[in-house]
Amino acid sequence: MSGEASKAISKDILWGGGRSPFSVSYGKMMMWYFLVSDALTFSGLLVAYGFSRASSTADWPIGEQVFRALPGLEGQYPLAYVALMTFILIVSSVTMVLAVEAGHRNDRSEVIKWMGLTIIGGFFFLGSQAWEWSHFIHGSGGNFLLAEDVTVTGPDGELLEMNAGEAVFMDHHFGHLMEMYLEGNTAVTLTEDGGHVVLTELGDHPHDAHLHGLTLNKFVEGETIIEGDDMMALWNARSNDFAFGANLHDSEYAVQQSYSDFFFFITGFHGFHVFSGVIINIVVFFMVVNRVMERRKHYEMVEKVGLYWHFVDLVWVFVFTFFYLI
Amino acid sequence: MERDDLIVNDSYALNAHHSEEEGVAIRKKIYTVTAILSAITAVEVGMGVIFKRSETFTWTAIKWTFIILTLFKAGYIVMTFMHLGDERKNLRNVVIFPYFMFIGYLIFIALTEGAAHFGLDLKFH
Repeated sequence: MSGEASKAISKDILWGGGRSPFSVSYGKMMMWYFLVSDALTFSGLLVAYGFSRASSTADWPIGEQVFRALPGLEGQYPLAYVALMTFILIVSSVTMVLAVEAGHRNDRSEVIKWMGLTIIGGFFFLGSQAWEWSHFIHGSGGNFLLAEDVTVTGPDGELLEMNAGEAVFMDHHFGHLMEMYLEGNTAVTLTEDGGHVVLTELGDHPHDAHLHGLTLNKFVEGETIIEGDDMMALWNARSNDFAFGANLHDSEYAVQQSYSDFFFFITGFHGFHVFSGVIINIVVFFMVVNRVMERRKHYEMVEKVGLYWHFVDLVWVFVFTFFYLI
Repeated sequence: MERDDLIVNDSYALNAHHSEEEGVAIRKKIYTVTAILSAITAVEVGMGVIFKRSETFTWTAIKWTFIILTLFKAGYIVMTFMHLGDERKNLRNVVIFPYFMFIGYLIFIALTEGAAHFGLDLKFH
């Protein structure tokens, strides 16, 4: 049995009255409805994050301490990279709105120019997000406590005494990984054995964390850098194991696994929207290039994809505030 | 190919045009909004770097500043970039009201529940 929905309705009585109550075309209004529902999804995700955070008794990670690295640079630049990503997305939103404006003037070459720049901005954002994920997953190092006294050779051949209870910082900077693998003997790969350790990495608050598979390369303290066999001696004298970076089971950033899970899901879901936005932008870009819009005598397709693209920017504004800033 | 984005006798898409002079004014507005959005983002990042988290009233005030600045940014994006400010009031309300109704409620209920869980965990953990 088929219901009312499957009945064929004459085009003449569709949208009774022959005009939209909103004075917008069908396609544009449906894009708005889609965006309303999509925004409710994102709101739900961010509210779930808020619930998780409000109910958490352990310390919640601090954005500017977790996200403070820049590609290719040592040192700490709190929030600089996320700010850059935000700026890239805002700029690509501006080029998009300029493309829409040019479309309203039927200026095809300008539409092509601005849409092209929008697509490039989208790819820049996606690349930035890929780097950020990679850095988040690999981690940048952390402290663990020594369980026993150990003597290692310093950079100038001097002997360094390190005592039990001393916090040792292990550098695991993403950029060093390949190099260490190539040298062969400086890399130690450990597999899971599930211990607990007190972490002093995040501010002044001790943290518990599980171990996951990790690769260590060097100990850094000021100018002192220790690698190779001495690095292994240090590692063997550790009090216990701890997590570097984050995955779906462990995280160096927080006791609560939900923190990195929310990071992966919310930024991942947003990144997927950016990705599909870039794809749709490319499709419309080629429609403009092929003069499809000239035949239609209007550039509403650009406006519709523009709505979607601005929405992606809008979501990022909220993710930026609630995930990174607060 | 059958067109489904036009309504016969009243093709909104075809009417969505403006002249060169109007374009100049619109572009000016776009660049102004760009400057505002960039400035707000810069202020937010600066505040995030400078102020440290604490249990004090200051931090609460800063958090609310972040939220208000974000809503400003969102308003500019939706009203100017997405042209919702230029659409009919009907459409504007259809798009915006669900949030004040549902998300406002959802935020309230989730944070209240979260705080209750927090209290229970402290008590019985």
